[in-house]
This record gives sequence, structure tokens and C-alpha cells, in this order.
Amino acid sequence: MPIPESIFRPFNPSDAERSDRAAGDRQRHREKVRQSIRENIADIIAEEAIIGKDGSRIIKVPIRGIKEYRFVYGENTPGVGQGEGELEPGQVLRSGEGEGEGPAERPGDRPGVDYYETDVTLDELVEIMFEDLELPDLERRKLRELPALRILKRKGYRSAGLRVRLDKRRTVKSKVRRRLASQRRTELGTGERFPFHEDDLTYRHMVPDVKEESNAVVLCMMDTSGSMDTMKKYLARSFFFLLFQFVRAKYRNVELVFIAHHTEAREVSEEEFFHKGESGGTFISSAYQKALEIIQERYHPSLWNIYAFHCSDGDNFESDNPTALKLAEELCQVANLFGYGEIKPLGSRYYENSMLQLFRRIEADNFHTVLIERKEDVWPSFKAFLARDRVRE
Amino acid sequence: MRSYDLHDLIEWDKRIRDKVAAFGLDCFPQEFELCDHNQMLGYMAYSGMPSHYPHWSYGKAYEKLKTLYDHGVAGLPYEMVINSNPALAYLMRDNTLALQILTIAHVYAHNDFFKNNFTFQSTHPEYVIGTMKSHGQRVRSYIESPSIGIDEVERVLDAAHALALQCRRNLAVRKLSEEEQRQRKLEAANPREDPFARVHKRQPISTPDLHKVPLEPEEDLLLFIRDHNPYLEEWQRDLLTIVHEEAQYFIPQIETKIMNEGWATFWHKRILESLELPQDLHLEFLVRHNQVVRPIPGGLNPYHIGWKIWEDLYRRYEHPEPDEEESLESGVRSGLEKIFSVRAADRDASFLRRHLTEKLVRELRLFEYRVRGGDWVVTEVADDEGWRQIKETLIRSVGMNSVPVIKVEDADFGHQRTLLLVHEHDGRDLHLEYAEKTLAYVHQLWGRDVALQTIVNGKKVLLQYGERGFTTRQLTR
Repeated sequence: MPIPESIFRPFNPSDAERSDRAAGDRQRHREKVRQSIRENIADIIAEEAIIGKDGSRIIKVPIRGIKEYRFVYGENTPGVGQGEGELEPGQVLRSGEGEGEGPAERPGDRPGVDYYETDVTLDELVEIMFEDLELPDLERRKLRELPALRILKRKGYRSAGLRVRLDKRRTVKSKVRRRLASQRRTELGTGERFPFHEDDLTYRHMVPDVKEESNAVVLCMMDTSGSMDTMKKYLARSFFFLLFQFVRAKYRNVELVFIAHHTEAREVSEEEFFHKGESGGTFISSAYQKALEIIQERYHPSLWNIYAFHCSDGDNFESDNPTALKLAEELCQVANLFGYGEIKPLGSRYYENSMLQLFRRIEADNFHTVLIERKEDVWPSFKAFLARDRVRE
Repeated sequence: MRSYDLHDLIEWDKRIRDKVAAFGLDCFPQEFELCDHNQMLGYMAYSGMPSHYPHWSYGKAYEKLKTLYDHGVAGLPYEMVINSNPALAYLMRDNTLALQILTIAHVYAHNDFFKNNFTFQSTHPEYVIGTMKSHGQRVRSYIESPSIGIDEVERVLDAAHALALQCRRNLAVRKLSEEEQRQRKLEAANPREDPFARVHKRQPISTPDLHKVPLEPEEDLLLFIRDHNPYLEEWQRDLLTIVHEEAQYFIPQIETKIMNEGWATFWHKRILESLELPQDLHLEFLVRHNQVVRPIPGGLNPYHIGWKIWEDLYRRYEHPEPDEEESLESGVRSGLEKIFSVRAADRDASFLRRHLTEKLVRELRLFEYRVRGGDWVVTEVADDEGWRQIKETLIRSVGMNSVPVIKVEDADFGHQRTLLLVHEHDGRDLHLEYAEKTLAYVHQLWGRDVALQTIVNGKKVLLQYGERGFTTRQLTR
């Protein structure tokens, strides 16, 4: 049977521009994602994908989707797929956790994990982090700043002032107002001259404005001795990442210094810092010595806000301890905040030495120690570390 | 690659339509709309509907599609067609001419399928666009109402979406009204007519419990809650209705995915081969066609599976092999006659059961797998013993068979107005985390305690959700 004539609707560019119909729903979804990020910030911070991208300011963050729950079948549900080549019963197609894309994942079949990217920028993420920290706005801006520029800025009006700052418009307005108030109805518009009075004169008021130049340096010190394995370095890296993000949000000009040490300390690039394994024992004091030298040379405390943090597994040579303690105290005097993080993946802390005991003797209130045993500890210990900063301010 | 404009498309469409008619396909009037990739993403997120109610899940769908598209993981479909009368299809304007021709032929076959397959008879294609629009207006009016607002509307929609597919599957079977159910119960209570009533003892009459709600287990969860929770507001009831109606509209498409895509692929190939395309277009068509029917290793490509089955079915009735003769239906004269009757009368499950032969299971290299301790392990391959099991598993995972059957058993369980749901367990356990979260939604809509009876690891359990949250209890019986 014949088919009626079909209709073709041509493409209409203006329609296409107007028809971003999903915009509202995307916005709403983004709000939900943001909320879920806030609720699970600790997990997200611990995700490796985010850490290490500190260079680029705007990144896409892979997020776990907001799940839409339904009644679905669980793990003991068999599936069918199409094979390539010969398959044997009992052959393992894909090992590891059953997460992610399975061999035959069909929508509406089994839950799986929704992974997709959304345009949450790193900045947005950092913003969310601070919301989680519950730092009020004002406090966030409170900086130890150094006056750099003195300029004047306008601030309201006064009835007395320098002639050059006379505001003519306001002066005339005030005269007109006075005239209207003083005249009776009948006299309006007689054209008689009505002179300015001293009270009419209005001057712009200026106050000196202190433009603050804020500089901060983050000193990252890490033990790269043989005992620091990948997991420990990863935890350290997470912590440094957070610290850097935090300092960057507070100060206009932030520099990073990486000091790697085993028995002696060296200043290294970020790349080397995290990727180069060394061997041998540990002298913690060497790092502190190096840090103090660098501060002396390049980051004088009167011009720089200094945030120093040291990550180690605490496996120091016994003989080095007194020196380390002394230098740590010195560092406290020059730094805004000095932290020591001891990284002991779960279980290992019972048979390894610890510096935490020793550092307990330091009394400076800008010194803080944290113990990080697993990924989930990073965020809470970071919060605790910053709480110290807040108290000081 | 040759350039083309709208007139070329209209010319080609005319030639395609002549072929479509000559082959005997029976279509609704067709409308095509050219769109760019952003519009296509938008249509996809809303299942092709020109207007639809807003909900964040569609924003999520959009982001997800866009992520996949931007990274080249998934391309956009060449076309999208919705089941309406007139049928509405979107063509991507950036596609090449060969692709447009293939797509147009493909669309007509979908159109024919929508019009003739029995599962679609309940979808009212002539009203669907208007219905969706009205749903959209109603939902927006609730969102804008100062006494309701978006948060409240979303709360109800989130819960309703979770339960949307817990509804009757075979819509060609009429749903019995409550009165009819009552009659049926009464009739069932009467003892059967006994021809030897004089010599037999009289059968006792058991009085049926007509106070039970529901009288018979009820599959339409949303409708049941809508009708039996007196504390729902009118707008909340309306939202449940909207979500339910939409699910009902989409169920036939879920139920016939493999058939429908296979049918369209079968016909676009046939139509394009009969068009005598110039060589450059023909070569591109072959490349595109092979992309469409490419098997996904480890996965299932419905286009490929469906197409293979249709081709095989057609061939068996045209050129049967000696050993196939006896399995053929008698009285069917041609391959075309057979496939036309199958496209009207089957759904994926029955289509696979009847027409997926052992040969095909082997040819398609189907296998069955299970997840064991996080590993995906092959459990059956297409050999002499394995193929039946593979076919069985496949049938159980297509269409609505992948959604657990859960029915309302009792609305006054334990005389506590607890809603008792029963999962009809068929060897597949529920995903417990999902069950817990979904049960929370049931609880939210029902407003009182809810319980779900199911089997976990071979043990009968009752999952409960009440004021104090989620609890499980093992049932002894």
C-alpha cells in the first residue's frame, strides 16, 4: 500500500540555539552532584584522579553519579555475551572487583557504577572543601598581610575637606534642597538669586587604602628513605595537595618548595619528589636544616607566610632525635604553621618507631602532629591541622 | 563524500518510500526533523520526546551521554525515531548522504514495527506527544506552585521513578477490575460441579476472604499506592499517575528491543540493496551497515542478534535445509509472509524462544557468564549441552525479564497497615543495597511501614523499612 508523503523539517539554527532544553535539569543535577561531593568530600579527596593535577586550575572531575535506585537483580544473576574466538567454561573474562563496565552491561540489567565527568572545576572543588571546613568567609580572608602599596580610595562624603575634592553635583543638590525648604509656595519661581551657603558644600572623603601583598610558601618535606613505600608516598601526596590548595586559596602569591631527605636533604622538583625512590636510613634533622637554610635565603619570615609540613614514617635514627627536636622548634618560630605527619599504613605502627612521642615535647602552639593510617584519615587530619591555624588567627 | 541538500533527501525519501510500499511494510505517516548534535543529545536524554516533564535524572542522562560522546567512547545514534502517529524521526544534519539514506530506510522499518507489533497496541501513538506535553505542563505547574515547589516534586518523582517499572508487563492482557476480581474469587470458592452429587459427600464451601486488599496480588505498585494511601495529596497522586503512564508507554520498546532493531536492520539492508545506489554511496553503506551489526565482544549488540535471527528465519522459509523442513510451520508460503506474521505477534522473549536455534547460538558465539568473587567467569559456551542454558539465560535477561517481579500481597500486613510486597524469586537474588534504598522510597510513598519478602542465598527473608530504618528478618517457614 502506498505510504503518505513524508514531511521534512529543515534544520533551523535559531531553534538549535534556543533548544538547550536540558539546561534546567542539568543545573538541578549539578546541584545534586555538588551536594553529594560535599557529603563525600573525604572519599573524593582520597581519589587519586584529583591529586596530582595541581598544575591545571580547571579540570574535569570524574564523579560517581547520583544513583537512581530501583529493584534490580544482584550478583548471582547470570548474563549472556558474544564471544571472540574460543571460550572455555571456567575462563575468567575480567577479574577484580565487579565494579565498572562488565562484559555485558546492559542498561536496566544490573546496577554497575555510574562514572562520568562533570564540569566541577578544581576551584569549585576547593570551594566545596572550604565549605566543609566551615571556615566563615571573613576568616578565610584574614591574612597575615604585608602592606605593599599606599593609595587613596573614596569613602563617603564630608562637609569639610580640601577644595579639590569638592563634589559639585552634591553641593548644588543640597542648595536646591535648601531653597525649596526655605521658600513658601507662593514665592516659587520668582527668579531671585539664591546664593550658596557654607553648609551646602560637600567634599569627597578619601582614606588611605593599604593594598596588601600576600606571599606564602609551602615547604613540603618528605622522607624518601627506603622505608617509604608507594602507599605512604601517596598518603603524603594527598596531604601536600590539600595544603597547597588551601594556601593557594588564601594567598595571592604562593610558592612551593620540595625537600626530599634520607640521611641528607636536597631541594628537588615536584616530579622527583614523588617519583624518585631512595634508599638508606633517615636523618630527619637534615630536612629541617635544609628548610631553615632555604627560609633564610629566599623566604624571610617578615615577607613570607611560611607553611611547612613534613611527612615521614617516623623511622628516624635514634641519635638524630635531639637535633631534630631542636631544629623543629626553630622552624616553629619562623613558620606560620608547622606540621608533622606520621604515615603508618594500618598495622605497621606497632612495630615501627615513632617520632610522635618525641615531638610531643614541642610546646609551640603552631606545631601540630597528625597520624595518618589510611586514605580516609587524610581529610580529618587536615581539618585538625588547619584548626590550629584558625586558633592562631 | 558528496554534498547534498534537503531536496536530495526528499528525492531519496521518495524512492525509499516506493520500495517500502513495494515490500509491503505498513507505516504511519512519517515526519523527519534535521537536527545538530546538541539537539540530538537533548532528544536522547528525553527519550526522543519533543516535550517532557523536567527532572534532574534527564540532566544526568545528558551529561553522561555528552561525556561519552566528547570522549569518543560512544557515537551518537544516526537516527532516533519515536513511536507516535505520525511517527517522528530526527536525522543528524552532519551525517553523510549515504548515512541519511540508510537511516531513512531504517526509520520506516521501525515505523512499521511500531504500527504492527501487538505490544504497541496499548500505547496510543496518536496522543503521545500531546500527553507528554500535558505531563510536562502539570509537573511544571506543581513546581511553580508556591505551596509545593521543586524539592517536594522531586522527592515524589525520585520515589516514583524508582518504582516505575514495577508494573504489569503484558499490556495486551486486560487488567481485571476489583469487581471482576471479586466475582472470580467467589466463583473459585464454589466447589466444582459434581456429576455424582447423590452418592458423594457434599464438598464444604470455603468462604473467600473478600476483605483482603488487594484481592489478588497487584503488580502496578504506583497505582496501588496512589489508590490506597489516603494521605497523598491530589498533586502527588497525579505525579504517580504521570510516571506510571510513561513507564507503560515505554514498556513495549523495552520488550522488543532486539526484534525491533533487528527488523529495522533487516529492512534497511534489503531496501538499500534494491535502490541500485551509485558505487560511492553503496560502498559507504556497506561500511556503515557493518558498523551497525558489528558484534560487541563480551557484550550483546541487539542490532546484530536481531538481524541474524530475522535473516535466518527468512532463509529457513525460503530455502530450508533438509533437516529444517519438519520444523517449519505448515501453510506458510514464503519467508516474507512468515516474518511479517512474527513481527506482529512476538516480543523479544517469545521471539528468542521460538526462533533462536542451536545453529544461531553457535554462530553468534553466545556464552553465559556469572560473577564469582568479583571475577567474571564463563559458565557455559555454545556446545551441545550449553546452548540451551545460554538461550534460557538470554531469554531471562531481555526486556522486562530483567526487572524483578514484585507484587503487592497485602496492604494490611499483621493488621498494622504495613504494605507487604512479595518478590517472585526465580533463582536470581535481589541486589540488597538497591533493594534497601528502593524500599525506602516505597516507605516514603506509602507513609507507613513496608516489608518485602524475598529469598537471599536460599533463605526466605523479610526486608522491612519503617520509622527506624531498614531491618531484615529471616523467616522460618
